[in-house]
Amino acid sequence: MKTDLTDTTSSKINKALVLGRRAIGTPAVGMVLTLVIVTDEENAYDALKAANEASREHPSRTLVVIKRVSRSPRDRAQARLDAEVRLGADASTGETVVLRLYGEVVDHAQSVVLPLLLPDAPVVVWWPVNAPSDPANDPLGALAQRRVTDTYAAEQPIQELTARADAYTPGDTDLSWTRITPWRSMLAAALDQVVCEVTSAEVEGEEFNPSVELLAMWLADRLKVPVRRSKSAGPGLTSVRMETDAGPIVLDRPDGSLATLSIEGQPDRAVALKRRETAELIAEELRRLDPDDTYATALRFGVERLDEEAATVAPETVVDTVVETVVEPAAETAGEAAPAAPAAKPASKKAPARKAAAK
Amino acid sequence: MSAVHGANPLRDAADRRLPRIAGPSGLVIFGVTGDLSRKKLMPAVYDLANRGLLPPGFSLIGFARREWADEDFAEEVYEAVKQHARTPFREEVWQQLIQGMRFVQGDFDDDTAFEQLKSTIEELDKAQGTGGNFAFYLSVPPKFFPLVVQQLKKHGLADQKDGSWRRAVIEKPFGHDLVSAKELNEVVHEVFPPEAVFRIDHYLGKETVQNILALRFANTLFEPIWNRSYVDHVQITMAEDIGIGGRAGYYDGIGAARDVIQNHLLQLLALTAMEEPASFDADALAAEKTKVLGAVKLPKDLGKSTVRGQYAAGWQGGAKAVGYLQEDGIDPQSKTDTYAAIKLEIDNRRWAGVPFYLRTGKRLGRRVTEIAVVFQRAPHSPFDHTATEELGRNAIVIRVQPDEGVTVRFGSKVPGTQMEIRDVSMDFAYGESFTESSPEAYERLILDVLLGDSNLFPRVEEVELSWKILDPIEQFWDTHGKPAQYQSGTWGPVEADEMLARDGRSWRRP
Repeated sequence: MKTDLTDTTSSKINKALVLGRRAIGTPAVGMVLTLVIVTDEENAYDALKAANEASREHPSRTLVVIKRVSRSPRDRAQARLDAEVRLGADASTGETVVLRLYGEVVDHAQSVVLPLLLPDAPVVVWWPVNAPSDPANDPLGALAQRRVTDTYAAEQPIQELTARADAYTPGDTDLSWTRITPWRSMLAAALDQVVCEVTSAEVEGEEFNPSVELLAMWLADRLKVPVRRSKSAGPGLTSVRMETDAGPIVLDRPDGSLATLSIEGQPDRAVALKRRETAELIAEELRRLDPDDTYATALRFGVERLDEEAATVAPETVVDTVVETVVEPAAETAGEAAPAAPAAKPASKKAPARKAAAK
Repeated sequence: MSAVHGANPLRDAADRRLPRIAGPSGLVIFGVTGDLSRKKLMPAVYDLANRGLLPPGFSLIGFARREWADEDFAEEVYEAVKQHARTPFREEVWQQLIQGMRFVQGDFDDDTAFEQLKSTIEELDKAQGTGGNFAFYLSVPPKFFPLVVQQLKKHGLADQKDGSWRRAVIEKPFGHDLVSAKELNEVVHEVFPPEAVFRIDHYLGKETVQNILALRFANTLFEPIWNRSYVDHVQITMAEDIGIGGRAGYYDGIGAARDVIQNHLLQLLALTAMEEPASFDADALAAEKTKVLGAVKLPKDLGKSTVRGQYAAGWQGGAKAVGYLQEDGIDPQSKTDTYAAIKLEIDNRRWAGVPFYLRTGKRLGRRVTEIAVVFQRAPHSPFDHTATEELGRNAIVIRVQPDEGVTVRFGSKVPGTQMEIRDVSMDFAYGESFTESSPEAYERLILDVLLGDSNLFPRVEEVELSWKILDPIEQFWDTHGKPAQYQSGTWGPVEADEMLARDGRSWRRP
């Protein structure tokens, strides 16, 4: 059922929730968290749809905070709160309140949200677009245990990543990071299968996709090797290649759905690695509400450092619009030469790269 | 497993998004055309793959008498998955799985079939990179266990070499008494070492059953009262609403006690009553379970503290049901129990004097499995007798299935001007307050087999101890009287109610 409230307050909304629950005959609530979605009118529909789907796994109270744009001085001076309370079939397994903020109240959204949070349950804030530069110190973000941003939706994703790293507070997380969980788990599984020393790696994906940077930073941090990035037409991430002393390990996904895992000396294997819907990403994000230290470490590794370290191996490959045919043989040579040179020493790592560059 | 993960720089204990993925491996299912395989095993394999928990190149080999090609087998799996899988069907996951699917046709005594199985495994090692790691799931009637196991040995399929593993997975029944259980164990352990044998008790794979440990040992609320000072008695119930169906051949002569109490209910009892393990690893858990099962004591007068019954004709949930003795293929003189209730005591400091009532049966009121810990009444009540007339005993009920969850029952004042106290329940349901939908028991158990994690599998000692508890009861039943009759669709014979009434208690209606 749906209740529309115009020019209202949080306490009236709370009352509408109680009345609504009683009307549909389910006075007891077993919701596990409050999800606050901060968005504009344009993105509200998709975000709410994803959240409702995710709420099948995580029954939650979803508060959608829509900050309306005021187009005249009169509008700006007038503060108004409209709410749409949805329960039962209209709100998947939880409860949904869509809050529309007009005028001055836009700057005081936390005063609307605070009384509507579920008692004692964790709070998650998600900005599908236009996340604040410092989520933890945002008035709404400060209410939450977990703050979900999405750098993929940003105008300049890479700069955005750097900003996220500078402002990182435990509890921050980003959907670009969530997107690469299947990749990370498959790469880890691949390394379970071969005992080897990784000497370098390369991550390939579409342009303006911060997942490429995050995956590269994670690999660089965990493996302590230079990781190069290269561009492809997508969709999303397309390939990860790890050069090891036991031959290359390649996870290749050209079509965004079925990937091939190739390990030297082993048959190629098909691996399901589908690009996931936002609902699935949100569901994964809500599964654990403790700070994600691995994300923090990967994020803080820094894109600049990634570039620097990659540059020590093969300077020319960092430049964009690299002709693929030049890079590939170079990488091959580096891979084959690697077993002769132990990976740990930077000096020996340089040797094959120079050879490659000389070609 | 841990050695490999320790060496893998991409693995980090703090990185909790990364799931536990099994290493390179394959699963061989004997009796793949059976019901269990179609309804549970194949869908579980698909669900695991869908959740990204199977290794790339995971292979599934079916072994059965039917004349199938690999494609027919794949088709059969496809149908089973479409019908019974928990997670939605995805083409790319299916494409990943289908590459490693093979079928081997043959009888269990057919040497060429086992040679073919061997070459199929070798072929998969090459084509799919399974690394020689295979688990053999014996989804076959127990009389074939020795044969299949011997064949595996004869054809060198059970040999663990070059760091690869071979594991055997067996289903209940693990024998029909202590002697036969020991024989079976000898047969299996002659071929597979004890740590490579996984006995499936699917109850232990259920979230709610694992939650018993979380409930007891992760909270401070329950453990202080989890003893004879506060607990009056414990009731463990597993009720089915169906009859024996087409399983007459298997069921007659086995009966409810052997089929259910020996494994499921005694395992639930062990988890409910055991002391806190030193850690959550397999050895520590098994040690505590063994300890408590070893402390179980049978009552002196078995005639007064056990009841068995057979369902008689009646109406079950609006459908007419025939009695057990009228079922097809059942000897009208059969003394097999379809209902069994027993009273056990645990001889240790925590539980001395607290009876554990275990009951199971077919054609009962509804399908339900639960553990009810019933507490003593308050030693003194400041309220009038009339105020607390409707107040029962406090209870914590762990609902294992269906509608998984935990209920706490306690008294509360009825709104109004008078003081009147009545039972109310506080409910926690998995369905409505959890952050992840519960996986099927078989998913968890198959994954654990592939990972080599034996936490949730009963060990030889536990199986043998359980038989030691049940054998005297079965022997007593063999020589004394015959099963009581109870109407289908009710909660069992009146004798069972009388058994509790003698102790001043009554069965919960689950």
